[in-house]
Amino acid sequence: MSLQGIWAVFRKEFRENLRDRRTLLSALVFGPVLGPVLLACLVQFMITRFEVQSDENISVAVNHADRAPNLLAYLEARGVDIEKVTFDEAGARAAIVAQTHKIILDIPEDFGARLQEGQPAPIALYSDSSRGFDRRGVNRVRMLVAQYGLDIAQLRFLARGIDPISVLPISVQEIDVSTPSSRSVLVLNMMTYLVLLSMLFGGLYLAIDATAGERERGSLEVLLTTPVPRENLVYGKVLAAAAYMFISLVLTVCMFAVAMSFVGLEQLGSSANLGPSAVLRMIACCAPLVLFGAAYLSIVSGFAKSYREAQTYLGLVITIPTLPLMFAGMLGLQAKTSLMFVPFLSQHLLLTTLVRAEEILPSHVAISVVSTIAYGVLLTFVAGRLYRREGLLG
Amino acid sequence: MLEARELTKSFGRVAAVRGVSFTARDGQITGLLGANGAGKSTTLRMLYTVLRPNSGDAFVDGVSVLADPLTARRSIGVLSHGAGVYAHLTARENIEYFGELHGMSREDRSRRAAELIELLEMQPFANRLAKGFSQGQKLKTALARALVHKPRNVLLDEPTNGLDVMAVRGLRKLLAQLRDAGHCVLFSSHVMQEVEQLCDEVVVIANGQVVAAGALAEIRSRAGNAQLEDAFVSLMNDNGGGKAP
Repeated sequence: MSLQGIWAVFRKEFRENLRDRRTLLSALVFGPVLGPVLLACLVQFMITRFEVQSDENISVAVNHADRAPNLLAYLEARGVDIEKVTFDEAGARAAIVAQTHKIILDIPEDFGARLQEGQPAPIALYSDSSRGFDRRGVNRVRMLVAQYGLDIAQLRFLARGIDPISVLPISVQEIDVSTPSSRSVLVLNMMTYLVLLSMLFGGLYLAIDATAGERERGSLEVLLTTPVPRENLVYGKVLAAAAYMFISLVLTVCMFAVAMSFVGLEQLGSSANLGPSAVLRMIACCAPLVLFGAAYLSIVSGFAKSYREAQTYLGLVITIPTLPLMFAGMLGLQAKTSLMFVPFLSQHLLLTTLVRAEEILPSHVAISVVSTIAYGVLLTFVAGRLYRREGLLG
Repeated sequence: MLEARELTKSFGRVAAVRGVSFTARDGQITGLLGANGAGKSTTLRMLYTVLRPNSGDAFVDGVSVLADPLTARRSIGVLSHGAGVYAHLTARENIEYFGELHGMSREDRSRRAAELIELLEMQPFANRLAKGFSQGQKLKTALARALVHKPRNVLLDEPTNGLDVMAVRGLRKLLAQLRDAGHCVLFSSHVMQEVEQLCDEVVVIANGQVVAAGALAEIRSRAGNAQLEDAFVSLMNDNGGGKAP
């Protein structure tokens, strides 16, 4: 096999795209900057909400507050702001739907009487579980009311000469073994997803430009009359796309490390391992993917008739390799040998393991790297074959 | 020298070229004349090795484009239809890139690019990115790119399309220079006057077949018309029009 022309094509594509604003933006700005910044903002948002909600008073509207003064005093003493309102049942529902009140506690007329008779005293708690992802306020009110009930029960047992402890036969002790790093799984899953997607985007426009774009401009035909074997032309283009993907990958991982050091991940109870050595290892784990990704995108855009058509295809196609990542998140997949043969998924699993500061098996890394490179080389040859077709000229 | 021997080519059920044979000699300008859709471009594309003929063969300086396309490509320079150049490279870089693809050394290609820039009077825009180029500037860049490796044979597909009078004159002068230097020049056109002014030999294609070939005078006399245009029309009529069926 001759290597003639590969280097020339690589250099030309690399240089030409360096002058193309669209390629530069997608390779060096969109992926590497937007992804990390977006995630950092999200984490920051989660942290501030989390902090505020744990100490902030909850405001609860109470209907007929006069019917349960002791309960309300109990709640007020534990950080609940009481707002006295008067509603009928329909009015309470409407107020929740209209979001004028988030939580309404309705105390029925016979509440005090039933309590005194030792009957179960009903109480209504209105809220809308479809509004807002945070149910902590309602949960806290429910817990406080239940605690109040329990206190009354204990007093009743004491009055009847029974040790209240005997009605609590089992006491559950929750032991959370998650380490600070592993607790940020959600954030980390998203991060590896964004890293891989950003890497693919880095080479996207070059792949389109070098194939469908070159044909549309009418320069492909003359290119094919040079004494360079057609497949070598493709190899040069694929390698140039791979180079842009690599640059994008390096920038994205570095930017994530920087962005995450600005938000206090440890405040979420997590300290992701994003030090310099982790960054280097993350890049090394993902780097084999660039050839695979570049060949894959080049093949797809080689089939497209025009630049726009290629853009349409690739917008869809670029998400396909990252699909296994979503299942990994849903199924809670763990790194194991068989999964290391799956490109993108294996990198995702290695990355999450790395960031969680857990042990990664050298055999896993070896399988992932070797198999991914093998797929990449195979796909590159397929792309080369594709360029021998005449239909390519459109 | 370029030689087409019984070339045929179909796209699906459409027979674009149906047995075309002709020879374009060195030191001559040969015009491939025909109406739109007559099969000129397809014939040229088989000659410059981008399309494979269904049957027949073509030879570049005696080298079969089927048996050894890489060798054939070394001695052809091509100006394709539309003359697409790389928008984010300068004119000079466009030229040098093709020099590199032809295996020229760095010094060779930069010297040759400078030579061509001077020959084609491209100095005012040689170092500008091609994205703002006029049609004429694009054509000059594409021409220089086609000539960078000093090919013995030059093939041009409708080179004067979209050019103004001055640019056409410049092109004519250049083709004449190439002929005088002993190159084999083959170009396609559907413009009679152009062929008349420039060509030593004409190959008239209609309906995917050669309907007349030879020196201009020969064709005129064969059709019994003094004007090439009249000769062309009468040839067309004898052969059921220029369109492929």
